[in-house]
Amino acid sequence: MALQCEIAHEVRYDRKNYFYPDTPKNYQITQYTHPLGAGGCLELPSGRRVSITRLHVEEDSAKMVHQGSDSLAGSTHSLVDFNRAGIPLAEIVSEPDMRSGAEAAEYGRELQKILRYVGASDGNMAEGSMRLDINVSIRPRGEEGLRPKVEVKNVNSFKSVQQAVDFEVVRQARAYDAGEAVRQETRMWDEKELASKLMRVKEGESDYRYFPEPDVPPLALASSVVQAWRATLQELPAAKRARYQDPAGLNLDAETTKFLTDDLAVARFFEAAVEQHGAEPKEAAKWLVGDIAGHLNGNKGRVKEFGKIKLTPAGLAELVGLIGQGKITGKIAKELLPELLDEWEGGEEGAVLDLVQARGLEAITDPAVIAALVQKVLEANPEKVEDFRGGKTKLLGFFVGMVLKESGSRANPEVVQSLTVEALNGA
Amino acid sequence: MSFLLTSRRKPLLLLVLAVLAKAKAFQSGSVGKYHSKKHLSTRVFSSTTIHDMVERIQQGQISVAEVTKQTLLQIEAEDRAIGAFLTLSGDQAMSEARALDEKLAGREPGTSTMPLLGLPMAIKDNICTAGIPTTAGSKVLQGYVPSYDATAVARLRAAGAVLVGKTNLDEFGMGSTTESSGYHVTRNPRDLSRSPGGSSGGSAAAVASGMVLAALGTDTGGSIRQPASWTGTVGLKPTYGRVSRHGLLAYGSSTDVIGPLTGTVMDSARLLSALAGADPLHDATTSLAPAAEDYVSAVKEAETRGERPLAGTRIGLIRETLQTRVEDGVSTVVQDAVARLEGLGAEIMEVSIPYLDAHCASYYVNVLSEASANLARYDGVRYGLRPRDAGSAKTVMLGSRGEGFGEEVKQRILLGTFSLSAGYADAYYLKSQQLRSVLSEAFKSAFETADVLISPTAPTVAYPLGKAAGSKVDMYADDLFTVPASLAGLPAISLPVGKAPSSSASSDFLPVGLQIIGQRFAEASILQVARILELTSTD
Repeated sequence: MALQCEIAHEVRYDRKNYFYPDTPKNYQITQYTHPLGAGGCLELPSGRRVSITRLHVEEDSAKMVHQGSDSLAGSTHSLVDFNRAGIPLAEIVSEPDMRSGAEAAEYGRELQKILRYVGASDGNMAEGSMRLDINVSIRPRGEEGLRPKVEVKNVNSFKSVQQAVDFEVVRQARAYDAGEAVRQETRMWDEKELASKLMRVKEGESDYRYFPEPDVPPLALASSVVQAWRATLQELPAAKRARYQDPAGLNLDAETTKFLTDDLAVARFFEAAVEQHGAEPKEAAKWLVGDIAGHLNGNKGRVKEFGKIKLTPAGLAELVGLIGQGKITGKIAKELLPELLDEWEGGEEGAVLDLVQARGLEAITDPAVIAALVQKVLEANPEKVEDFRGGKTKLLGFFVGMVLKESGSRANPEVVQSLTVEALNGA
Repeated sequence: MSFLLTSRRKPLLLLVLAVLAKAKAFQSGSVGKYHSKKHLSTRVFSSTTIHDMVERIQQGQISVAEVTKQTLLQIEAEDRAIGAFLTLSGDQAMSEARALDEKLAGREPGTSTMPLLGLPMAIKDNICTAGIPTTAGSKVLQGYVPSYDATAVARLRAAGAVLVGKTNLDEFGMGSTTESSGYHVTRNPRDLSRSPGGSSGGSAAAVASGMVLAALGTDTGGSIRQPASWTGTVGLKPTYGRVSRHGLLAYGSSTDVIGPLTGTVMDSARLLSALAGADPLHDATTSLAPAAEDYVSAVKEAETRGERPLAGTRIGLIRETLQTRVEDGVSTVVQDAVARLEGLGAEIMEVSIPYLDAHCASYYVNVLSEASANLARYDGVRYGLRPRDAGSAKTVMLGSRGEGFGEEVKQRILLGTFSLSAGYADAYYLKSQQLRSVLSEAFKSAFETADVLISPTAPTVAYPLGKAAGSKVDMYADDLFTVPASLAGLPAISLPVGKAPSSSASSDFLPVGLQIIGQRFAEASILQVARILELTSTD
């Protein structure tokens, strides 16, 4: 449903027969004649639409680990890990709608995002919970029909997808240019050499002797059931992106939108802060994209995963609100952030303000207080005051900075700016 | 490509050796430890029923250990002539029996009310039994010891039954005489020169000889009913999906069913009550079944009906079964039974299930297609026979299958593979599926006029040993009365209704079974009719 597929009215399985050590029964339960979903599509952030041919469910095979060599070719023997054998997986087949390695990688990322949004899979490629094979076929511009395709296996990251597709495009183009034919074959991607290597040439169709799987009876899916499921479907990444960028709505830029929607947990946090706790959207987004992400990626903070931060959506909304109301300065907010992320135990409405007050970190806006600070800074730097008055107006920044520092970052920067200018130009 | 596969070879090998040693010790007679001369000539069960036996145990007249010991002794004394058993699980049975006795002595709640308390049972060797070798009568599984009980077996144990051994069968159930077993021949206790039928021939012979009161069989196209008919026992094939197939070594997955072989209809009901029920985690086809009924109460109710206990019951005699292949003697016995049913008040009518020959052929296409996939797992990679000096994965597979499977099994795998192959599947497999739909329609219209259907179970009495080898096509064709209920997934029971001469010139008489077919999940109805008919039997 998340892939806009038409859902089968009856779930049926078939048996696919073949002998191979990775399949303990020497047949695989799969969906040959009646895929669970068909005729779907997926829209990439770039706007490209990729059609989904079918989504079918089948048993996973055992994992073969080839020994004595990096790949099957040249290995002396193989080990078989049966732990994942028989676990159900969904195979999603796309139409040849992608035009470059970059688009193929973008498709992979978007598909991963959708699977994560709906909770179908954690999409972890390193652990094999999402795996992909690519098929590459090129043709001269304007030619109808598709030329033989080459399947590339062992593509274990989106980066490899891009590299492998681009490599194949060039390899095949060179072959055609040299007057050679491109065979239908299966190749292995070699991550170290950044090249695809021949694995096997397709020798006609295997006869898998499919027949209806007798051990799994057909399961009717009433349309009311499918409708009920559809009603519970998450807002999907493409729709979320459109909503975030809508000029009449949140009106966020593309980069911010991408950051927020890439991870459903971040998007949910953002939406809670804005919708439930009234945070100004752009400011809340700025904190998430900037300082909060920086904290998680940096070396100083303790918390490294977004899911484990102590700050709550309400806390972020309050923080953004306090800055907006001039109750704390941005600088102070940045200083408080590591604590709010790593160890804060607040969470109730007003908890951030309580913390600010307990630490005595409220913003200073009283002109008299600030004027006194300005005076103190000017008195401490008589030579620089002379220089300024002699024409070195660039020194204004120095004075403003000194005053802010003197205030412990608490002084309202705008008031400081105007009072400093006034003091330097006056007297 | 070469694969060195990671089975933990050494422990497995040791386990195999240990099991082989045990089996050998049994065959050479060192099970004499169960001997106790006092009981040697006593046939404790031949004239009793499950109910009587369980009652005697409950009342403390005999211990479970004593029953088990006597059973083992009796098997030891009698099975040399019959060959019903492939494996005896004497030690395990005795320790289970003692454990039950201890629970009884300790008045452990739920023990004394176990419906099969202390019942010694034989299990067909294509049903998994934890810790007891399970070979399906095939050399390819020699030495295989399952780590788990089939659901059916677990339910029997939970009901108090004690497993005494595993019975012989045609290899993987592929045959109708038990002669395709990879191990030895089983003889019919009613006439030792004859086959007990098959493929549940060992179970039928074990019950017919009185060595046990009850055994589990499996029925894919008649493998419970036909041996019941040939040995004069009661064999019930429940509705497809009524009893979990989890732990049954699959032959034809769309018709395989586990069911009981017993001496009486009531005992059949007692076992079905223990076996029936959904097993949603292990067998999806059982989750389509309605809840199991109390079959014992249903049979008791039938026993208490008045003078015309079948009044109002419409019984449809399948016309074609008295016209096709059936021997005169069998036909006569069945017609007598029909007359008795009429005398009991039943309304008898003729119904038609046409194209029996075609359905029998279609059954073989269907079951062998499924078998070709189901038997693919016996490749020597994970368990079972593996050739010495196996080189690559391919040679392991070829060697294991080449050495392990018997001729009949190889022939059936080839036939099934052929039926599913590209270019032939339309003419064979798909055609058989179409015929299956036609058959379901025929049953549907038959059940519009009749409550249950009847026919001879098999067209002949027990074959002499060796006959099947010479006329394999006849053996296949003789399944024509039992395969329709299998293909349609219907419950069917075979009960002895008389005896027919073994040949037109002979004065030897052999048992004849009547098959009663019910609607899906209507086991209670066929058990009731069978019980009422059984009450009027003179044999």
